[in-house]
Amino acid sequence: MMPEHHPGDDLLIAYAAGSQDEPVALVVATHLALCPRCRKEVERLEELGGVLLEEHKTEALGEDSLARVLARLDDAALEAPDPQAPEPAPVDPRMPRPLRNYLGAGLERLDWTSYRGLDKAELLTEVPGFRTRLMRIKSGTAMPAHTHEGTELTLVLAGGFSDEHGHFLRGDVAEADAATDHRPVADPGEDCLCLAVTDAPLRLTGPFGRLLNPFLRI
Amino acid sequence: MLNALAIAPQPPLASVVVGKTALVIGSALPLERRMRVGSTSGKLGTEASAEELMTAVAERRDRQAFVRLFETFGPRVKAYLIRQGADTASAEDLVQDVMLTVWRRAQQFDRSKAAVSTWVFTIARNRRIDTLRRARRPEIDPDDPALVPEPDEPADRVVETAQRRASLHAAVGELPEDQARLLRLAYFEDKSHSVIAEELALPLGTVKSRLRLAMGKLRAALETME
Repeated sequence: MMPEHHPGDDLLIAYAAGSQDEPVALVVATHLALCPRCRKEVERLEELGGVLLEEHKTEALGEDSLARVLARLDDAALEAPDPQAPEPAPVDPRMPRPLRNYLGAGLERLDWTSYRGLDKAELLTEVPGFRTRLMRIKSGTAMPAHTHEGTELTLVLAGGFSDEHGHFLRGDVAEADAATDHRPVADPGEDCLCLAVTDAPLRLTGPFGRLLNPFLRI
Repeated sequence: MLNALAIAPQPPLASVVVGKTALVIGSALPLERRMRVGSTSGKLGTEASAEELMTAVAERRDRQAFVRLFETFGPRVKAYLIRQGADTASAEDLVQDVMLTVWRRAQQFDRSKAAVSTWVFTIARNRRIDTLRRARRPEIDPDDPALVPEPDEPADRVVETAQRRASLHAAVGELPEDQARLLRLAYFEDKSHSVIAEELALPLGTVKSRLRLAMGKLRAALETME
C-alpha cells in the first residue's frame, strides 16, 4: 500500500538540502521509508543538489591541500564506520528504520503518559523549539479540536484517522499550519499510532479544548 | 543519500559508454579547473567524465583519477561549506574529510543510480550536518525490512545520468531569476524556509509556492526524458 498524502515539495527540498531540524527530517525520512514515490523525488532533489554544486563558484584550496589528502589515502585507521550502526533492538515492522533509531529499547519501553484514550511519548526532547511525540489514539476516539502556532506534521504509523482534510493511513503525512483548525478522529478498529512534530505549542479551540487545555497540555 | 551509497557491482570499464557529461557539456559553467590532468593509465583521456574517473578509483584505486576528482570537486565543496557557515580552516579540513570519504567509499558509488556530483553533494551535506550542526541526519536504511519497496519499473525508463544532469543544468538555467535564486538559497544556506522568507521580506507561502513552481519545471524537464 502506497501513501496518498505526501510531504510538500518544500519539505522534500529542505530534506534533500539538509537544512531541516532533526525532528522534521525524522518525519520526512520515516515517510520516505514507506513511500517509494517520495524516495524517487528526493533522489531527483539530490541530483539537483549535485547540479547546483557543479555550477557553484569555487573557493581556492590551500596549497598543501592535495598533498595532505594524498598522504592520507592509505591510512587504514581512518576507515569510515558503517553509515548505520547495528540494530539495538529487535525489529518492529511498524517502525521503519529512521524512527527505530530513536526508540531505544523499543516502543513499549518508552515513557508513555495516558489521558482519555490518548497515549503520548516524547522523543528528541533535547531539540529546542520542537515537540516530537509518538501518539496512540484509541480507535474511534476524537482528539480535541486544536489550531497551531506553527506547523504540525503528523505521520501515521498504524491505524488511521480522518479530519477535514481527508483520511490518513500508514505512511500518510498530514501538514497543519496556523490556519488549520482540525479535529482528527481515529478510525474504528486498530488504535491509531502517529509520529507528530510541532514547532510551537498547540492552541486548543473547542469549549472542551479550552477547559482541558491546562491539564491535557497537548 | 538514498541510493548513492547502495552497494552495487560496478560495470567493467570496457563497457562504459563515453558520453558527454554535464561537466564537459556545460562549457558556460564556472569551471575554473577543467579536467586536464593527464592520466598515467592511458585509459582516461582529458575529457573523461567524473563517472569514468570514479570508476577508475573504485576498480584500480587510480590516484591520478582521484586527483582530477579532487581538483574538480574540492574547490566547490569548500565554497559550499563556507556558504553554509564554516570558517576557512574548518572548511579546508572538511573538504579533506569529504574527499577521503569519496576515496574510501568509491566501491559503493553506483553510476547507474547517481552522478558523481550527486554523490559528492550528499557526502558533503551529511558531513556538514554532522560537524557544523552537530545533529544526526535521519535516513532510510535500504536493507530495512520495513521499507516499502519500489514497484518494478520498465527498464527503458532508465536514462543515462549524464543526460539527466545535462537537462537539469539546462532547466535550472531557464528558471526565472527569483525561483533560481530561491533554490540556491534553499540548497546552500543552512536556513529554514521561514528564515529565508523573512530575509527576503516575502510571505512564507510565496517562498513555498516559488519552490514548488521551480520543482514543477525541473520535474517536467526530467519527465520529458523518461
